[in-house]
Amino acid sequence: MSANVLPEGLDTFPKLLARNAVQWADVPAYREKEYGIWQSWSWSEVAEEVNALAMGYVALGLNEGDFVAIIGRNRPYLYWAMLAAQAAGAIPVPLYQDANAEEMAYVLEHSGARFIIAEDQEQVDKVLEIQDSLPNVEQIIYYDKRGLRKYDHTQLTAYEDVQAEGRAGHARLAPVLKERQAKLNESSTCVMLYTSGTTGKPKGVVLSNTNIIASAKASSEFDNLNAGDSVLAYLPMAWVGDFIFSIGQSCWTGFCVACPESPQTMQADLREIGPSYFFAPPRFFEGLLTNVMIRIEDASPMKKKLFHKYMEHAKKVGPDLLDGKPVSFGDKLKYWIGDKLIYGPLKNTLGLSKVRVGYTAGEAIGPEIFEFYRSLGINLKQLYGQTEASVFITQQPDGEVRADTVGVPSPGVELKIADNGEVFYRSPGTFVEYYKNPESTADTKDPEGWVATGDAGFIEESSGHLRIIDRAKDVGKMADGSMFAPKFVENKLKFYPDILEAVVFGAGKENCVAFINIDLGAVGNWAERNNIAYASYQELTAHPHVLGSIQSHIEEVNKSVAADEMLSGCQIHRFLVLHKELDPDDGEMTRTRKVRRKLVAEKFDDLVAALYDGSKTISTETEVTYEDGRKGSIKATLELRDVAVVPLKKEVAA
Amino acid sequence: MSDSFVTPDGRTIGGKVLEMRNITLRFGGVVAIKDISFDIREGEIRAIIGPNGAGKSSMLNVINGFYHPQEGEILFHGEVRKPMKPYQIAKQGIARTFQNIALFKGMSTLDNIMTGRFNQMKTNIFAQMLWKGPAEREEVANREIVERVIDFLEIQAIRKTPVGALPYGLQKRVELGRALAAQPKLLLLDEPMAGMNVEEKEDMSRFILDVNDEFGTTIALIEHDMGVVMDISDRVVVMDYGKKIGDGTPDEVRNNQAVIDAYLGVDHG
Repeated sequence: MSANVLPEGLDTFPKLLARNAVQWADVPAYREKEYGIWQSWSWSEVAEEVNALAMGYVALGLNEGDFVAIIGRNRPYLYWAMLAAQAAGAIPVPLYQDANAEEMAYVLEHSGARFIIAEDQEQVDKVLEIQDSLPNVEQIIYYDKRGLRKYDHTQLTAYEDVQAEGRAGHARLAPVLKERQAKLNESSTCVMLYTSGTTGKPKGVVLSNTNIIASAKASSEFDNLNAGDSVLAYLPMAWVGDFIFSIGQSCWTGFCVACPESPQTMQADLREIGPSYFFAPPRFFEGLLTNVMIRIEDASPMKKKLFHKYMEHAKKVGPDLLDGKPVSFGDKLKYWIGDKLIYGPLKNTLGLSKVRVGYTAGEAIGPEIFEFYRSLGINLKQLYGQTEASVFITQQPDGEVRADTVGVPSPGVELKIADNGEVFYRSPGTFVEYYKNPESTADTKDPEGWVATGDAGFIEESSGHLRIIDRAKDVGKMADGSMFAPKFVENKLKFYPDILEAVVFGAGKENCVAFINIDLGAVGNWAERNNIAYASYQELTAHPHVLGSIQSHIEEVNKSVAADEMLSGCQIHRFLVLHKELDPDDGEMTRTRKVRRKLVAEKFDDLVAALYDGSKTISTETEVTYEDGRKGSIKATLELRDVAVVPLKKEVAA
Repeated sequence: MSDSFVTPDGRTIGGKVLEMRNITLRFGGVVAIKDISFDIREGEIRAIIGPNGAGKSSMLNVINGFYHPQEGEILFHGEVRKPMKPYQIAKQGIARTFQNIALFKGMSTLDNIMTGRFNQMKTNIFAQMLWKGPAEREEVANREIVERVIDFLEIQAIRKTPVGALPYGLQKRVELGRALAAQPKLLLLDEPMAGMNVEEKEDMSRFILDVNDEFGTTIALIEHDMGVVMDISDRVVVMDYGKKIGDGTPDEVRNNQAVIDAYLGVDHG
């Protein structure tokens, strides 16, 4: 990696924090709603809190180069715990807070973390449960004292007590910090993030200060982020995106990070904060749109009519207005009226009124969903990234936003497409290595620094935008040799509000079949309005009306798939609606909610076989894991249905 | 028994907060409670159990001042308590929840819990209408206490929701919140877990233990679910047909023959 990527004096987080504490001393850096009020901390206050904690760490015996695990939901205190780890010369390792004890044990053991910062009793309990198998864990620091009073405190310390100890020992500890920070530079490790692991065990991705700060700098400049912006931090802290937004870009540009009061209040908090920079996975936007549509269905006929009339107009001219393309005066006027009546109030309700830059990534987003938000005047864009790249590989510049691409290479990123269609990149954000895993590092990153993304795609010649087709290993051939890209079809299916998740099978087969997961919110609401009684999720999934409507959706999708010249073979011939939701606790999805295709195929192999052997029903028993880790099983008899497909013309008419 | 003792999990249970001496309560010819004596000690979780119609709720109503027993006396902090109205007793630091949720259905969670502070508000209606000076300061101070309760019970997401629209388990939690808002010394819970599923029961048990642990509140509760009672209480009184048939730690009570007979029935063969 070439040196001097970063400006002098701004190449580590302790330095950035010190700069911010002076430059933006009174500008709010972090906010959190507590006791019903938004509490805020300015950059100078944050620097003091972080410093006190870092000195407390040292007093407790934290060494340079140690890993500090952080477990909990997005809270300012935990972000400070990460910054403090860096200030003390250690490396933060944020963990997924909803990970069960077993998953946590793997990461804690692999990283060898000596210090653990746990948010509350729930997280402390998980650590204590596995502590016997983790001889490396020495100190557990917890923030929320509730319920922990009676615990054995030989290895347990309260966050504020650590800070108090740090402040008390200021004279002795401050020089230690100073000395440790002086040794840090742009190639020191900034953070270690564990990938959610679509396949196999999680891998610890080591990212340097250059990786994070250069990516934060480039992406902030790309979208003109500045100290006046604000974000809502609600995505898992263990995810690279949250680290880039809430630590990287925030420290670089000085913008304010707001944390929700509780996970359940996120929507209300979003509305109160009205962030100007917003990131959410497609799933979030889908869910939000589904909610809006459900509520419009329940609205009075007048409101319903008004909504549909103006949304139609918004779809027509909204995206053009956003892109700055010419729009007639009449259309502009009508859009203005629509904005006063519908779009404005709707955006306000959604908490997206002030969004200047919005991103979605992680999965493909349904074009209609994407257009819906764009037509309201929300500058929603797509980006493509991964942990190994410190997020950014490609992103869409303003004015070149489309639903079917993921944008142009981010500043400083080089792209190349291998012969098999796999996308490779090289950038300043490219990770250092997988921790304690040189084989995987060598498999993924070649000596010249090119990293395999594992995704298949191509660069569109006309625009230079990258288009992703599917995971490279999921793209296959069907029995007749035509291309099979399951994600392509699944994404079309998932656009329907009542389909939460779809898994399409067909590699090496004559035709495609699908598993469907219904969306309990949307289908439940529909059932209520149509007086359809159901006692459980399972009963709802087996209802003939539900199957009927899913069938009609699939038939529509088949029509659109048939129109694609490359992928017309991927029409779905048979389907079933799964009797349980795919769940990360059962290993069927990753913690970032991506389907583990192979595992699903193996777990439900009887169902896949039944879809191909033509049977009308199948009885099955499935193991499920409850939130507390206990296991149980559910039995179900599923109905399998055939779907109409569009016959394909073998010879193309001249 | 000495004046204070230490529980197996390390909490110190203090002296008697409330002592019931030979209480008898009659409704006309029906004897609801017959000559019952027991005490509640500072900092403990005290359960009152018994089959349906055993007189448990009547007992709570006696403590609460809603019923006045015909015989016997009640000692509060060592002094005989004169017959009082329920609100006077509430002012002494005794708060309660009800078996059938008694919330204001049309009001929000926040407003419902605020009513728990009513007894502590001193400004008059005119000052409150003007919303200046003392009335405003008082409201802010009380709101802060209420917000801490909301945070404690993890019900931030339903702060503004009318309680009528909430599921049963959450309504129970709001009711506990209202009782907690009064910052009671003694908290009376009438079947806090009735009608709940296992998960809701676990949550509620956790909250009851946390209230006791965090604020040192003495808790007296009535409960049907034996598992829950045995898990969370320090001492248990067992009632049957208005009489006390057992009193002691969960283990003692579990092995008490009279209790076993009352719950499992007596062999008349």
